[in-house]
Amino acid sequence: MAYDKFEVLTSTAYPLPIENVDTDQIIPARFLKATERKGFGDNFFRDWRYDSEGNPIADFPLNDTKYEGSKILVGGKNFGSGSSREHAAWSVYDFGLRCVISSFFADIFRNNCLNIGVLPVQVSAEFAQKLFDAIDADPKAEIKVDLPNQTVTLLSTGESESFDINGYKKENMLNGFDDIDYLQNIKEEVSAFAETRPF
Amino acid sequence: MSKTLFDKVWDSHVVRKIEDGPDVFFIDRHFIHEVTSPVAFVGLRSRGIGVMYPERTFATADHNTPTWNQHLPVADPLSANQLEALANNAAEYGISHWGLGHRNNGIVHIVGPENGITLPGSTIVCGDSHTSTHGAFGAIAFGIGTSEVEMVLSTQCIMQPKPKKMRINVNGALGFGVTPKDVALYIISQQTTSGATGYFVEYAGDVFEDMSMEGRMTVCNLSIEMGARGGMIAPDEKTFEYIKDRKHTPKGADWDKAMAYWKTLYTEADAEFDVEFNYNASDIEPMITYGTNPGMGMGVTQSIPMAEDVQGGVATYKKSLGYMKFGEGDNMIGKQVDYVFLGSCTNGRIEDFRAFCSIVEGRQKAENITAWLVPGSHKVVDQIKEEGLDKILEAAGFVLREPGCSACLAMNDDKVPAGKLAVSTSNRNFEGRQGPGSRTLLASPLVAAATAVEGVVTDPRTLIKETA
Repeated sequence: MAYDKFEVLTSTAYPLPIENVDTDQIIPARFLKATERKGFGDNFFRDWRYDSEGNPIADFPLNDTKYEGSKILVGGKNFGSGSSREHAAWSVYDFGLRCVISSFFADIFRNNCLNIGVLPVQVSAEFAQKLFDAIDADPKAEIKVDLPNQTVTLLSTGESESFDINGYKKENMLNGFDDIDYLQNIKEEVSAFAETRPF
Repeated sequence: MSKTLFDKVWDSHVVRKIEDGPDVFFIDRHFIHEVTSPVAFVGLRSRGIGVMYPERTFATADHNTPTWNQHLPVADPLSANQLEALANNAAEYGISHWGLGHRNNGIVHIVGPENGITLPGSTIVCGDSHTSTHGAFGAIAFGIGTSEVEMVLSTQCIMQPKPKKMRINVNGALGFGVTPKDVALYIISQQTTSGATGYFVEYAGDVFEDMSMEGRMTVCNLSIEMGARGGMIAPDEKTFEYIKDRKHTPKGADWDKAMAYWKTLYTEADAEFDVEFNYNASDIEPMITYGTNPGMGMGVTQSIPMAEDVQGGVATYKKSLGYMKFGEGDNMIGKQVDYVFLGSCTNGRIEDFRAFCSIVEGRQKAENITAWLVPGSHKVVDQIKEEGLDKILEAAGFVLREPGCSACLAMNDDKVPAGKLAVSTSNRNFEGRQGPGSRTLLASPLVAAATAVEGVVTDPRTLIKETA
């Protein structure tokens, strides 16, 4: 499932300064019943965006018009914990986001994002707080995420931090490649290996 | 260099190392279920590629199956559609499928070990984070996303950087009324919900050596709840005894050959871990959670910590207690409960039903409690009946349901209504996990049973006599 290339993204951001956001919040289990990858953006943070009657909660950041159209989400520490459901990463993408910034990511969520073209950017707790403060002061504050240079910059102040990504995943993101393309090309090596497995 | 158990199993499955990238990692056994696999098959078709080793993948339906009247058509059209997709995909690609009603059907992490698919020294993945359960047998087992399900189907490999290594030692003897679930909830409360992120855990020490295979599965199952990708325990005589003569276990000369290998699966004395923790068994009491992640747990007799005494942000902590409708300093004992859930891949095995029965035998379910008792598989149901536990449950006013994931994630009809409080033996107390607006307290089968008969959160040690 190829995705659009990711090079440099400059955008405003939705702030979500809550810690330990789990994937059951990102997409509740009752919305996992599809057999195709469609429509997950509608149920992104469903139970935090809508009340029990289905009315939008206006001041929840993802509904707040002052952040509308942002392609980045800045989340609290330990973003994406819990279930391995890739639907959580799909819902991020389908909602229109291409990048999540946090001071700490849960493992499986981070991996799922990288596999579908959402860039997880881990920054220091201090830098994450600067981003929250800047967005709080000006909802139109822009953040530049530069994948080739592995930097994230708060444009209003020019403050910048570098982030880690392994070279292989970086190449994939820059070119819109995925792991299946890679694996398909080494099937002979895999089958030779499989012959050696005792069970 | 001396190797850990984890090193030995990981390194023997690396097909290729990519410089400044992940390892191409070979998967021996792959489980799929109806919720996280359909899109992977869509991907295979759109790429025009097939399943490389269908005999290495096993399908079972569990996440959204009803736990009542399983012989009837599934009423929810979306769930029915997913179940049908699983059956059709399995048939089309030649994958064995244990659908609803099949004798081997049940929760994937319960039927895998029961059928001898889970073996020491193997690598196991599934699109489910509780795949860590299988680490109880000395396997490397962890949850993956759907893109990776597609990778395993198409090439039997995934691409993963090798995680860091953590060892958790718990030594000493567990106190009366303290179960494997309490050991796990205690460790998670110490580590927090993210403390082991980036690590693969080995559990070692007296407590795990003394533990049954069922108990080890409960502990390894919950590894993900502190962020670890997985957890494992070195195989021993108990492990070999458990797997011997099961459906898919090697037989005859193959068994002997496998045993020779399995005996090499332990951490060498001078092998190094990136980090190590030591806990004392005597510090652990029956546990309960009070917040909205599994790290927010404490001894059942304790009171909810004050915001200033916890790690992490105060706003997040207060939001969590606000959702639970609890106050800082509240005691958990005596809180009125509405639902009790016994089941899930964490606590849906025979030992869990025995433990539950040890408390409810000769007592009655409290009037205010709705109880869902959901065995993890048909084999567990059979054993419950063989041991007469069903009669004990019936006499105490409980009804046994049919196998499935059930109220653990409430994808079927087993949903705890908004605002209601449940004591659950499952693995997650996230907001809305057991149904929109539901409030969950995670605990052991003993705490669940004590609560079910008293109607309020109860310390099981007050209902059972200590035996010498």
